[in-house]
Amino acid sequence: MEPFLEAFQYSFMQNALLAAIFTSISCGIIGTYIVSKRIVFISGGITHTSFGGIGIGYYMGFNPLLGAAVFAVLSAIGIEYFSRKSEIRHDSMIGIFWSFGMALGIIFIFLTPGYAPNLMSYLFGSILTVSLTDTWLMLGLSLLIILVFLLMFRPILYIAYDETYARTRNIPVSAMKYLLMALVGLAIVLSIRVIGIILVISLMTIPQTTANIFTKKFKTIMVYAVITALIGTLAGLFVSYKMDIPSGASIIFSLVILFIIAKIVKLIQRRSLS
Amino acid sequence: MNETKLVDIEHVYAGYDNKIVLKDVNLSIYQKDFIGVIGPNGGGKTTLLKLILGLLKPSDGKIHRYTSVSSGIGYLPQYSEIDQKFPITVRNVVLSGAMTGKKLIFKHTRKQKQRADELLEQMGIAHLQNKPIGELSGGQLQRVFLCRALVSDPNLLILDEPNTFVDNAFEGELYEILRELNRSMAIVMVSHDVGMISPYVKTIACVNETLHYHPSNKITEQQLATYNCPIQLLAHGDVPHTVVKKHQ
Repeated sequence: MEPFLEAFQYSFMQNALLAAIFTSISCGIIGTYIVSKRIVFISGGITHTSFGGIGIGYYMGFNPLLGAAVFAVLSAIGIEYFSRKSEIRHDSMIGIFWSFGMALGIIFIFLTPGYAPNLMSYLFGSILTVSLTDTWLMLGLSLLIILVFLLMFRPILYIAYDETYARTRNIPVSAMKYLLMALVGLAIVLSIRVIGIILVISLMTIPQTTANIFTKKFKTIMVYAVITALIGTLAGLFVSYKMDIPSGASIIFSLVILFIIAKIVKLIQRRSLS
Repeated sequence: MNETKLVDIEHVYAGYDNKIVLKDVNLSIYQKDFIGVIGPNGGGKTTLLKLILGLLKPSDGKIHRYTSVSSGIGYLPQYSEIDQKFPITVRNVVLSGAMTGKKLIFKHTRKQKQRADELLEQMGIAHLQNKPIGELSGGQLQRVFLCRALVSDPNLLILDEPNTFVDNAFEGELYEILRELNRSMAIVMVSHDVGMISPYVKTIACVNETLHYHPSNKITEQQLATYNCPIQLLAHGDVPHTVVKKHQ
């Protein structure tokens, strides 16, 4: 433990720690909605579309995360809108957004003169290079997500469970879904710095699935998922620091180990009960 | 007729993506009605329910919901339309039926929670209230959905094949519950099994692209043939079957 605590003398490690906490909160909560409503594929689509925004950010010289945020929110709303209004099927529409965003990102990064040094960190994440500004943004988003879920927990739960029924009760289903998809987009973008575009879906699914082993209640899954995500990111951060391996991959490795341990614990529990 | 009218459907056409499913449908629902909706699969039974619920807008014609149902209609959807692995408890499913209105910031009142507890007790599933829905049997789940449909104390209850995936014992019990509920609310129930429902419902609507309303629960095979309503008539030994002559 001591070398780990020692490491926090460095400000980059302090930022990394804060990033791990805030990302675990926002992904733990938002991921519970994603997993319960079975929109993992949409979330993957939004994540990859946001790469287009990163490319444009590089090319035009503004913060790539800002570009990613705009792309993520627009694609989240766009997928929702187009699959309702047009004849193209939902998952095909996601496929188009997914690949088009990646293509745009590649084109613009290619057109940018010089080498794009941080490109790899956007694709695979780099929790050790998270800036202080990034952590402030993550804090803001975590607070926003907590606030929305505290105030609107009932409509969120009911719409996620049975949208059609919610419509018969005159609940504003569409407005609520657009709001939640926008939050999904933002949570994804701010996690990109920590875990990368290619791996971000892990924080939205593995902790929730682990939590779901022990509880079948929406609210409890959210709490357990946040805790699991936190343990996983901190363990991953530590391993990444000690062994000098990419942080995104080591975080996912830790999360999967936690998932396997949870499965085994559950099996043993069942054995001893029967 | 001096009964209170709840819903008026006048010359309604409806469908999806330019495909017309229902043509020139007329139906009035009154306070004391118990209408059995029968017809072949794909004939438009569920579409009719969606129109009454306001989930689907008619492409032509008019639907009028009177003020007594403007606060909401109780609805029990088809069993297969619900995600049975969703992490939600029985009590929360029932409470979800109490939510109403355009508010996004919403908390349940004590009265709503009391009503939910009463219904769970009445349906004999109070001991299951904290269980996730994934652990319930088909019959238990249908009871939960019935509680959800009733928690808002609606004047109109709409049921889409409530007898699927339930055991025979509960099916009979369900119809007795509905008969009791019919004292205080109108009921519209879709069923694929006309033989089973006909002793319980008061009138029958046969839906197959068009709607034919029979102002009694006595329906014969010839009538069904006349109205182009190819329905399977099942004979059950212990269910009273009434066969009357074809009327003009």
